[in-house]
Amino acid sequence: MQARDIVFFSMQATTASRGRTILTLLAMAIGVSSVILLISLGDSGRRYVIDQFASLGTNLLIVIPGRSETIGGPPPLLGETPRDLTLDDAIALTQSTAIRRVAPIIAGSAPVSVKQLEREMVVLGSSSDLLEIRHLEMNQGRFLPPGDLDRGGNVCVIGSKGRKELFGNQQALGKWLRIGDRRFRVIGVLADTGVSLGEDMGEVVIIPVATAQSLFNKVSLFRIVVEASNEDAIGRAKKAILSIIRARHEGEDDITVITQDAILATFDKIFRALTLTVGGIAAISLVVAGIMIMNIMLVAVSNRHSEIGLLKALGAPRTQIMGLFLTESALLSITGAFLGFLLAYSAMKLLAGFLPEYNLALAPWSPVMASGLALGTGIIFGVLPARRASLLEPALALSRR
Amino acid sequence: MIKLQHIERVFLVGEEEVHALRDVDFSASRGEYIAIMGPSGSGKSTLLNILGLLDRPDGGTYELDDIMTTSLDDKKQANVRRHKIGFVFQFFHLVPRLTAEQNVELPLVLAGVDKTERKKRVLETLESFGIGDRVHHRPDQLSGGQRQRVAIARATIMKPTVILADEPTGNLDRASGNDVVDILEELNSQGITLIMVTHDPELGERAKRRIKMVDGRIEGDTATQS
Repeated sequence: MQARDIVFFSMQATTASRGRTILTLLAMAIGVSSVILLISLGDSGRRYVIDQFASLGTNLLIVIPGRSETIGGPPPLLGETPRDLTLDDAIALTQSTAIRRVAPIIAGSAPVSVKQLEREMVVLGSSSDLLEIRHLEMNQGRFLPPGDLDRGGNVCVIGSKGRKELFGNQQALGKWLRIGDRRFRVIGVLADTGVSLGEDMGEVVIIPVATAQSLFNKVSLFRIVVEASNEDAIGRAKKAILSIIRARHEGEDDITVITQDAILATFDKIFRALTLTVGGIAAISLVVAGIMIMNIMLVAVSNRHSEIGLLKALGAPRTQIMGLFLTESALLSITGAFLGFLLAYSAMKLLAGFLPEYNLALAPWSPVMASGLALGTGIIFGVLPARRASLLEPALALSRR
Repeated sequence: MIKLQHIERVFLVGEEEVHALRDVDFSASRGEYIAIMGPSGSGKSTLLNILGLLDRPDGGTYELDDIMTTSLDDKKQANVRRHKIGFVFQFFHLVPRLTAEQNVELPLVLAGVDKTERKKRVLETLESFGIGDRVHHRPDQLSGGQRQRVAIARATIMKPTVILADEPTGNLDRASGNDVVDILEELNSQGITLIMVTHDPELGERAKRRIKMVDGRIEGDTATQS
């Protein structure tokens, strides 16, 4: 029997019982679309988080005071207090060739006021390199001026949201504002880059790190953000940071260096696992659809006893009968999968319309996966009915009308 | 060409063993016209099923055109059915969703014959059976006589050597029944062996050889008597 004829024959058989076929297709479509949708949502979530991390900068390393790793050996007899990270540590890091830029960060919150308007805002003390490292963009004016890190200045850069709240529609550039008991001149306004990972750069005020040290009256840095000179240098940069700081801290490894890569990889892993889990749960509906196909096919086999007997009388061996019925269930499941894909596609479009910022899209490999899954279900659940059809005794099958 | 020896067929009905065929010996040569007759339950349909390889005997041997069919596997048996045997049933057994043309085409489709070749042969056959104008009708749009003609067309499209007919007129009125038998006899006169099960004595009279079955045994055979 030619392949085209097999498909044609099976298609005619499925369209003969329209109501049942439609119901089966619906079940299959729902199963397939829920698998595609959930996996795609998980995948979109993963890409969203990864993008967010990537937008923080490229080839970043973050240096945090204190050790977060656990190491073997006896606990220290005397309480070991982590040494502070200082501005000089940050300056020392710039010596390494593996490191391109260094931005020390002091963070705190302080009341910021313009005339009578006062708001509690996050104040970041940093350096001119932060602009490049953090991929920040300026809307107006310029960023902190380059120069000696330990020399401050009474200038500040504010986020777009802060500007709106403090200055309203008035020009902010060149105006003065008050942080705590000091006066700062606004030299730049950040472009609105939205929220990235909970850190809303729209609501910060950035001042020179030395000024922040005196404002908050502390010398220790919150962290140091380091940009490696290129992707291959990340490993070297990490080693360089550890050795430089160790040399400066009397041989103690009392810092933690986190690479952006490591964070990305971790998130990637978590989200992939999550996606698979959710997809697995959705696959249950596929199994339900598969059982429905099996049911339909079993009904078809018992309704078409005499047809099967006839096919045998006309010279169809068991394998051919089996092939015909398997083709029928495969056709049902593939058509169902196609409908399910369309369903998932339009549902995703709809969702993406409501949530544009999440950049929702179907996972590119989902159509392949869906058709594979559907075909698998169709064939697995089609085997039993097809086998039953093929084993029918022709004399018996034909004796009934 | 047909040679049955010591054929036994036992059915289990509940706890009881029913001997549908007991030690049946039977042979027929090419081009014969045979009527198998007997009361219902005498085993004539079972015999026809075994002749058509639709049923396997529990004992004995069946040789068809020098092929020992009883030892063939499913695939080879199907192949013998496809090329050597044509079936005509009492209830026609047309596939209801297929048109007359598609029903007749079915054996060719199963055999994997090419589309253009199929089309030609089907139209020729339908034409020769006088239903060339019913090509695109489905079985429920055809009269009983027309249905049986479609069924005969289907049985002959593979040019079989034997036609097995099980009460071919059982579901037809007298006039169309006679038409159908005329067609079958016409085929027989072209050299196809015709074996027909019937309990209509008038129909049986038309056959050149009559076999009478009682209780799973051949009780009378006009070929051996004369």
